[in-house]
Amino acid sequence: MADLETFRMEARAWLEANCPPEMRKPFQQGESLVWGGRREKFSAPGSKLWLERMVAKGWTVPTWPKEYGGAGLPKVEARVLQQEMRALGCRPALTSFGMTMLAPVVMEYGTPEQKQKFLPPIARGEIRWCQGYSEPGSGSDLASLQCAAVRDSDDYVVNGQKIWTSDAHHSDWIFCLVRTNKSGPKHDGISFLLFDMDQPGVKISPIVLISGASDFCQTFFDNVRVPVSHRVGPENAGWTIAKRLLQHEREMLSEGGGSYQARKKRSLGEWARERLGAGPGALPDTDIRDRIVRVEMDQLAYSASLRRSMEAAKAGRGPGPETSMFKMVVSEMSKRRADVRVRLAGVQGLGWEGEGFDENDLEATRIWLASKAESIAGGTSEIQRNIIAKRVLGLPD
Amino acid sequence: MSSPLILSDDQELIRDSARELVQAKSPIKEMRRLRDTRDADGFSRALWKEAVELGWAGIPFAEELGGAGLGYAELGIVLEELGRTLAPTPILSTVVLAGSAVQLAGSAAQKEQLLRGICDGSRVLALAHQETPRFAPYRTATRAEKTASGWRITGKKIFVLDGHVADTLVVVARVSGGESDRDGLGLFLVPATQKGVAIARTTVIDGRNAAQLELAGVEIGADAALGVPGAAADVLDAVFDRGAAALAAEMLGGIQEAFDRTLAYLKARDQFGVKIGTFQALKHRTADWFCEVELTRGIVLEALRAIDGGSKDIARFVSAAKARASDTFILSGEEGVQMHGGIGMTDEEDIGLFLKRARAAEQTLGDGGYHRDRFAKLGGY
Repeated sequence: MADLETFRMEARAWLEANCPPEMRKPFQQGESLVWGGRREKFSAPGSKLWLERMVAKGWTVPTWPKEYGGAGLPKVEARVLQQEMRALGCRPALTSFGMTMLAPVVMEYGTPEQKQKFLPPIARGEIRWCQGYSEPGSGSDLASLQCAAVRDSDDYVVNGQKIWTSDAHHSDWIFCLVRTNKSGPKHDGISFLLFDMDQPGVKISPIVLISGASDFCQTFFDNVRVPVSHRVGPENAGWTIAKRLLQHEREMLSEGGGSYQARKKRSLGEWARERLGAGPGALPDTDIRDRIVRVEMDQLAYSASLRRSMEAAKAGRGPGPETSMFKMVVSEMSKRRADVRVRLAGVQGLGWEGEGFDENDLEATRIWLASKAESIAGGTSEIQRNIIAKRVLGLPD
Repeated sequence: MSSPLILSDDQELIRDSARELVQAKSPIKEMRRLRDTRDADGFSRALWKEAVELGWAGIPFAEELGGAGLGYAELGIVLEELGRTLAPTPILSTVVLAGSAVQLAGSAAQKEQLLRGICDGSRVLALAHQETPRFAPYRTATRAEKTASGWRITGKKIFVLDGHVADTLVVVARVSGGESDRDGLGLFLVPATQKGVAIARTTVIDGRNAAQLELAGVEIGADAALGVPGAAADVLDAVFDRGAAALAAEMLGGIQEAFDRTLAYLKARDQFGVKIGTFQALKHRTADWFCEVELTRGIVLEALRAIDGGSKDIARFVSAAKARASDTFILSGEEGVQMHGGIGMTDEEDIGLFLKRARAAEQTLGDGGYHRDRFAKLGGY
């Protein structure tokens, strides 16, 4: 324990000396997280320097081995680092699907060459990855996917379409599920390919959502060539890897996407008092009050359960099927939270843009609409219930 | 740092020995026997004796008084096991409610006399607080008037847990103020045999002990006051928090058992030529129910540890735990009966017993609605 306290002191001193002051402030207008990659704009001053320093220290991915760009820290030290960053209000230097979703499966299933090639650029934030899973005809029934890869000497030639590719238009490479065998059971003909999207035959088109945002894209592949050496795992064995990655995704989503509080949030109670113009004491709108209590109580129960599950998993086990529960619970909870906020705004919560509306209300409305994706993306809540019923509860097919 | 929510090795030992004793000596059929024979005590003296020997009655009390010097995390483990078989014991009434009142407000002499007796199993105590059908912690019309030699208590109480078997009643009475005031409350030790005390056992749906109590000008000495008469509300708050957290732990056992039994039934029962657990309508409801059980477990464990850690958020955690335990237990009873179908409606099948215990436990020390309102008030809205 003494060593851990020494580490805490060292980490704190290093962060204080190296985290630029701008990176310890809440987000200002127009600033966003650093997702890395070739198109990264570093919208916030200090963010580029912050990333470079953290990369040099190996602390973007503190638990990874040094050879792949990490610092080789034990998990307890990484937790201390996280606590210290939170205490100082440091923004994350880098956020990415590469780190949280792809890297764990490359570590588990990749060849030594693949690890050497793909992991360090992820740690350094040089390559931004997106996820090529869903297709127009394959949503919840993901394994029915049709995007095809056909062998042509040392390459695969990929043809087909993906949809709901998060941030594809800002990304460099894609981890993509493709069909390499059309006969036989659908789960047994899928392979897991990695390829650069900056090449002929790749077309990306953003989709406008009900919230007005375009975080998701349609992605088209027309005779895209991918070296066979960029396939993770054996041919036709990609489904196992795909599922493993989804567990990591659910784990990430249930931990709030490693989310950083973008702004100091007002509690729903404070928000309600202001919006209802209510004096001290119990809020006069008993329906809203009850909704707020239920969300806040559920948050406590969820945090406790998540903490308990993490303690249980500390022995180094990978995420298990219980992550389905957390993914479902957190998405339903955050939908309810968003719903309360927009209800509180009344007709002022109906504003779409421009004059006449408080920017907080405009934001609340967009968040409410965007929140509907939470119980759909990453496996719908219905699919999570199926997984719980089968994998956790052992109910028969 | 918050204390771990998973069990330590020592806590696992407590759980294993509790499970062994409860399953062997107090399976559900023992609760049925007590109910069906209208047992005079309403709980099994034999089981309680063995539980006392294992140290359960002294878990939260100091070792100098014969206790184990442990906390609510450990008490919760034992209560959860008791909850699984719906086993009635005087733990809640004696150890948690009355015991906490003595522990928190009692003089050294009162602790020596009463807590030692609780720890060695020679005493059963009851807390007589409730007067109205719905839980209202300060609402007290029972009066305590100062006399030359002590106090005179006059009033009526309902739903006094283990009231008819207690040798001593810890009575909440008002020294001053209006019926619903927080100020002006006192705690008084009243021997069950004292002149003017009338105790009537009631028969309730879960087969447990709850009595009506009438205090007709009961005279007690000055040394019968527990703590400072008129200033008992802070003690009562803490007592009710401990009671609600401990009860929530017992409820967790009932919730888990109702869930496990129903899950087993879904895997065993055939209809339309298949197991009914193959139907997606039931799978999804069961998955949702599972999530509720797990979330309830998380918050109940958190509340118990908040008490042990002296957290400043005890009240918030406890209200969140009791609200959720209440709602999830009712859900578990209702889904349990519904998924068992016709057989679930019979007295012979055990699942219905969980529904009945759920309703009783829900209404004890405040239901979901009560605790949500309190949680909001604590949050300033």
